[in-house]
Amino acid sequence: MATASKKNPFDLIFSSITAISSFSVILIVIGIIYVLVSESSLAIGKFGVIKFLTSIDWDPVKESFGALTNIYGTVITTFLSLIMAIPVAIGIAIFVTEISPNFLKGPIGAAIELLAAVPSIIYGMWGLFTLSPIMSNYIEPALKKITAGIPLVEILFRGTPMGIDILTASVILSIMIIPFTASISRDSFNLTPAVVKESAYALGATKWEVVKNVVIPYSKLGVFGGIVLSLGRALGETMAVAFVLGNNHRITTSLLDAAATITVTLANEFTEADKDIYLSSLFYLALVLFVMSFIILAIAKFFLLKAERRYSR
Amino acid sequence: MKAFMRLILAITLFLSFTHVEAAETLNGAGATFPYPVYGAWAYDYNRITGVKLNYQSIGSGGGIRQITERTVDFGASDAPLKTEQLQKDKLLQFPAVIGGVVPVVNIAGVKAGEMKLDPGALCKIYLGEIKYWDDNKIKTLNPKMNLPHSEITVIHRSDGSGTTAIFTEYLSGVCPDWKTKVGAGTSVKWPVGIGGKGNEGVANYTQRTASSVGYVEFAYAKQNKLAHILMKNQAGNFVEPSFESFEDAADTGDFDPKKDFHLWLTNAPGKNSWPIAGATFILLAKEKTSSNNNVVKFFDWAFKNGDNKAKELVYVPLPKSLKEKIRSYWKTNGLQ
Repeated sequence: MATASKKNPFDLIFSSITAISSFSVILIVIGIIYVLVSESSLAIGKFGVIKFLTSIDWDPVKESFGALTNIYGTVITTFLSLIMAIPVAIGIAIFVTEISPNFLKGPIGAAIELLAAVPSIIYGMWGLFTLSPIMSNYIEPALKKITAGIPLVEILFRGTPMGIDILTASVILSIMIIPFTASISRDSFNLTPAVVKESAYALGATKWEVVKNVVIPYSKLGVFGGIVLSLGRALGETMAVAFVLGNNHRITTSLLDAAATITVTLANEFTEADKDIYLSSLFYLALVLFVMSFIILAIAKFFLLKAERRYSR
Repeated sequence: MKAFMRLILAITLFLSFTHVEAAETLNGAGATFPYPVYGAWAYDYNRITGVKLNYQSIGSGGGIRQITERTVDFGASDAPLKTEQLQKDKLLQFPAVIGGVVPVVNIAGVKAGEMKLDPGALCKIYLGEIKYWDDNKIKTLNPKMNLPHSEITVIHRSDGSGTTAIFTEYLSGVCPDWKTKVGAGTSVKWPVGIGGKGNEGVANYTQRTASSVGYVEFAYAKQNKLAHILMKNQAGNFVEPSFESFEDAADTGDFDPKKDFHLWLTNAPGKNSWPIAGATFILLAKEKTSSNNNVVKFFDWAFKNGDNKAKELVYVPLPKSLKEKIRSYWKTNGLQ
């Protein structure tokens, strides 16, 4: 603790203000957990934990609620958007750091930052009015034609292409989360010491070999950190997905089907939840998402720490 | 110099306090459906009387919750509350304006007001039992039309809403199958179809998707020039959604002040009634007499002077007989 307090009052004030700020953050998190648990206690009492997490029912009229369809939708859209976004983002980072001429680095960097600055509801509106018709008229029928006949892949594209489905939502989500991975990867790639890269070039490595065998292994941790940021954003994204996902509570194997995620259900049904059990079930869903995000981010942090320890040996 | 600045500051603070006390504000919250018309009425009312009306369209559920907790002066709900619940929470209720749900279609070659449907057909379409437009049940209602053999895409709401409440209340009333399988409410478990967010979402999807059917508020159908259908009402006539058919429904609806006007206007018995009409209601806390008097003054003014504005925004004003019933309801409950 500060022993110089007698000498310098400003130090004491400074350390107390920063301490108060830090403690208030912890208090706020505890407050959120408390509200989530207390408001969902009615639903927890009625449905229990296992039954709620494994039930595919979502019937406001018969007052029967289950989280499985929403959890499925959240996991699928997040997973799909990550699959689409990570290669693109790392590609952008590689291009900006290794390949592009100097005059392009600025504009591309600015474009990526701008992508991150676009409000998510704008993404949602753009998705509804622009991307969705393109998907339903051109891209999805094309995908259906290409995969027709391939046994397992064909299941993923069954159904009439409507533009309001998991695939469109995942595409919008992936565009949204590219900036996080891209800028952090770019910064990590720039941290690779020039000496190491030049030694590789001196040994006769091509540009691609340098990137694959020197730059990427060196900045693995940073890239992973960026991916975790993107993952966190994708898990919680609401408005971008709310317009184009359709909020159909069911588990489906086709990417061309409408589905529901936890955030979309909350955004769509919160204001009109007229019965207490309905509102409580929505809070229960929010609690589930909170716990899910916490677990996934804790796992990611755990791996990060393990890898960090391995490197610093 | 410093003393002068302190004086200015003190005077400004003093003046700002008195200014805040002078302006009167009524706070309301609830249904999103009537928000445009309440906002328009509030603007005109403020210009004439200086009283401000602050309305938060947080949804009917939120409106009911807020007035029950007395955080607002009045709540607004698309779904009427029953007398038992009103007595339990010590609330008063009366209707403010009429709207309704219009099923719209997007079929090649079918224009607005051409296609006829009856309750049974509409119900089966939304249950997923009728899958094609040239199904016999639809063909018998429209013998002269050339209906294509294309699959029907059903469009409904993805979010909870009073529009859905009115629509499902109607389907539950006319279709026992629907009542047992799905039921009525602001949010239901739709057997088939895709969900659009808000009336705008449903209108957008219906316009974009060929061979589709959706349901929207009357205002949206009119403003987006969607192809509405003719519905068979309880009296057996095929009616077109219009100001007249909505007013007919409101006229023949049995609004009973003794039941606090609890009535779903669906399936109204009038000869030319539109069968899927609904009123939106105002809720007041019984004990807040002074703010209730102000709220009632506002709505009394709106009933006298706000009809044209409501019609401009494509809402259906209450019929005269109903307005009189509401005024005597206010008197009986010690307001105005």
